[in-house]
Amino acid sequence: MTRMSYRDAMRQAHREALAADPRVFLMGEDVGLYGGTYAVTKGLLDEFGPQRVRDTPLSELAFVGAGVGAALGGMRPIVEVMTVNFSLLALDAIVNTAALYRHMSGGQFPVPLVIRMATGAGRQVAAQHSHSFENWYASIPGIRVLAPGTVADARDMLVPALAHPDPVVIFEHAQLYNMEGEVPEERSADIRSAAVRRPGSMVSLVTYGGSLPKTLEAAEALAAEGIDAEVVDLRVLRPLDMDTVLASARKCRRVVVVDETWRSGSLAAEVMARIAESAFYDLDAPLARVCTEEVPIPYAKHLEDAALPQPAKIVAAARTLLGRSR
Amino acid sequence: MIAVAPPPSGPVPYAKDQALALLRDMVRIRRFEEKCAEMYGAGKIRGFLHLYIGEEAVAVGALHALRPEDNIVATYREHGHALVRGVPMDSIMAEMYGKREGCSRGRGGSMHLFDAKTRLYGGNAIVGGGLPISVGLALADAMQGVSRVTACFFGEGAMAEGAFHESMNLAALWKLPVLFCCENNLYAMGTALARSESQTDLCVKAASYGVPTLRADGQDVVAVREAALGAQEHVRSGHGPFFVEFQTYRYRAHSMFDPDLYRDKGEVEAWKTRGPLHTFTARLKAEGKLTEEEFLALDREADAEVERAAAFAEAGTPEPIEDLARDLCAPEGAR
Repeated sequence: MTRMSYRDAMRQAHREALAADPRVFLMGEDVGLYGGTYAVTKGLLDEFGPQRVRDTPLSELAFVGAGVGAALGGMRPIVEVMTVNFSLLALDAIVNTAALYRHMSGGQFPVPLVIRMATGAGRQVAAQHSHSFENWYASIPGIRVLAPGTVADARDMLVPALAHPDPVVIFEHAQLYNMEGEVPEERSADIRSAAVRRPGSMVSLVTYGGSLPKTLEAAEALAAEGIDAEVVDLRVLRPLDMDTVLASARKCRRVVVVDETWRSGSLAAEVMARIAESAFYDLDAPLARVCTEEVPIPYAKHLEDAALPQPAKIVAAARTLLGRSR
Repeated sequence: MIAVAPPPSGPVPYAKDQALALLRDMVRIRRFEEKCAEMYGAGKIRGFLHLYIGEEAVAVGALHALRPEDNIVATYREHGHALVRGVPMDSIMAEMYGKREGCSRGRGGSMHLFDAKTRLYGGNAIVGGGLPISVGLALADAMQGVSRVTACFFGEGAMAEGAFHESMNLAALWKLPVLFCCENNLYAMGTALARSESQTDLCVKAASYGVPTLRADGQDVVAVREAALGAQEHVRSGHGPFFVEFQTYRYRAHSMFDPDLYRDKGEVEAWKTRGPLHTFTARLKAEGKLTEEEFLALDREADAEVERAAAFAEAGTPEPIEDLARDLCAPEGAR
């Protein structure tokens, strides 16, 4: 086991991917000379040179679209978009091109492209840098959506994403970059399954990405009250691994979905609908969720904290399902 | 009568065979699209259908200046480009009919013709959507040391999109081998150029990115081919992108749904005096490179090809419903 940060794990993944395959290259805003907005790509320009670590102009539509074209042309691009908010400027390239080219061309033109972006709130950078739209991306057929929530997944998901023949969007919660964790020597190439991060029996807490540490913290607090919570990390937001989620729901018979997107149309809403469709009669309580309040993420710390899912809200939701109050 | 430039004229600087090859492709496009309009009326073709009638010299002249290994990115008005590239007319018509034998297995229709064999990367129906893709294709070639031109066709309407400006900048900044081919037919659907652009000189806009530009008469297949030849030579020899504006005119409405109320009928008639087919035919006849009999034979050949294509499409099979999600994603575990 080695201890490293989520950021270092991401960087190691990039280094290994660039070293292993000459078709792989990285482009995005300030990924080179500056070292990456979140310092994920620091040092890669020196190591791999400006052909393979390319600083782009602030032209999200063009450089994401160029990633699509380069993938069609035989390369394996990694395109970094600074935040999910900025990815909205490139939605045309992702949604109208990358996601549908294979199908619309009758199978002739797959797009083996990886797009990475930071998502999420918690750093007081206000509404235009803090939102979570991974649920939107997860609603689009033709792309795969990943959300590494652990240091090991930060290290291990990029390489299989690059090997995947279709577009893959990777969401990295900005609050996770400094998180440290142990990673095993052995690599995982799994970009299809959810993972049970904490086994339990009384309530299933289903989450992903930046909400995973908060949910694990909530599970510890619940354990102190005698509530044995299971924590399921979705990891892959499209296609959803419902087998793992349903198994947990059936075992625990109570489910809280924790998701940093806005409640209306949230990813939680989709997960809950699927549980209701398939496991309604296995449940002992209504499905519950903890999402972001439906406001633009505010700057002031106390307001931002109040807008987001927090361990205390998760604990409260779980208690309610078990008919307990404090 | 509204004043337009005089019809294309002057000697055709090509041997007879080469000249007839250009004429043949223009006639093939014209006859194919006339059939498409007829079959649209008959309900065999549905959805949007954008005809290229009047603009044929642009695709024919430009694509005859390129090489088979080059990449082509086109718009939703791309039947002509597909035909000239060598996508079989049968599979294009089958695509229009929504059949499995179509070049996109019936998933795309008129606006989304794809063909990996001839490196036709669509058929893009987002105005300006093909521009960033062409930059990426050229980037891939540059990074892999492949000598190839990526020709990107788009209308003047696309030049109002951010995608145009971002793509021009990136292609110029990275000196990528993109041939930007603007098909300026004067109307972005129903909006005339002067009603949508503060700067109507399109070459000036392109030149602001440090990209060399040329303007050519898009009704004159000779002028188009000569402009494209020079431009592709510049791009192919590693000097970065080039922008060519082909000034052309569409004789039909924007699509089959368009009542065509935004332009003067007299303007359409005036532009028809500059028709790419009849003016080129007249020039060839004047030079003794074409007889009426030869023209009629060539026209009959095109008609026969169109009839075969329509019969092929009619006999085509529908994609089974079970294959609805076929080709959405790679099979699990594929690499």
